[in-house]
Amino acid sequence: MIGRIFPHPLLSVLLTAVWLGLVNKVTPGNLLLGGILGIVVPIMTAPYWPRRAKIGRPLRVIEYFMIVLWDIVVANVEVAMIILFKRNRNIHSHWITVPLELTSPEAITVLAGTITMTPGTVSAMLAADGSSILVHCLHTDDPDGVRDQIKSRYEWRLREIFQ
Amino acid sequence: MDLVSELLISFFLVVAGIFGLVGSFGMIKLRDTMQRLHAPTKATTLGVGGVLIGSMLYFLLVKGMFSFHELLITLFLFLTAPITANFIAKTFMQANLHQSDLPGTESEYGWSIYQDPPERSEED
Repeated sequence: MIGRIFPHPLLSVLLTAVWLGLVNKVTPGNLLLGGILGIVVPIMTAPYWPRRAKIGRPLRVIEYFMIVLWDIVVANVEVAMIILFKRNRNIHSHWITVPLELTSPEAITVLAGTITMTPGTVSAMLAADGSSILVHCLHTDDPDGVRDQIKSRYEWRLREIFQ
Repeated sequence: MDLVSELLISFFLVVAGIFGLVGSFGMIKLRDTMQRLHAPTKATTLGVGGVLIGSMLYFLLVKGMFSFHELLITLFLFLTAPITANFIAKTFMQANLHQSDLPGTESEYGWSIYQDPPERSEED
């Protein structure tokens, strides 16, 4: 019964929170409307979620978020420095193949987003069977190092979160 | 509005402006599409982020209330920016690159825009 009303409890909470953020004021009326949205939307969109992502360790999510946030700030400064102070012929761009150990689509999506937002890399494409991800690196002299950093810094943590 | 909060808010606005400018400059300066893609996805994130932090501080310090809108804008930005970049990259590769220009995939299947995915089994 509870599973019928809340097919996706996390999504319900998120929708209610986003609604309260949008109206920018917590009143009983807004809470009620947000709650209704949180119930109706997951039920209507349930067919599009055939498999639910399971979050194993919620605390790790916060840790991951803080690390990514910090890396985004560093990435911005690094890319700005490259744009401003490097001559075009000194910018060595590389394609890098990162083999993936993640299998869940949600985890791969988060990893691809993280790669795009962080130091000098954009995720470009997945292999047809989802076994590796193609990354474009703006400037590096050590492509293998970048690959290892992505695997050790982000993929390892995501595996802990989504297992 | 006291001087300290004014200075703090101005600082974030100026930093945001600088990063926005550098990001736009990168679009002109860098050589090819894939390199240009790096400028708007990164340098500009901090540009927008700075404005949002400035706005939050303004509401918090001057108006004395907490504003959630900036947090939501940040959330939506983080969700949409990588997807846009990914679509631009894919379109560019589809039109301009061949499989031989890219490194291999380390598995028997090629990259997804050149090759169909393997058949999925029933339970997927």
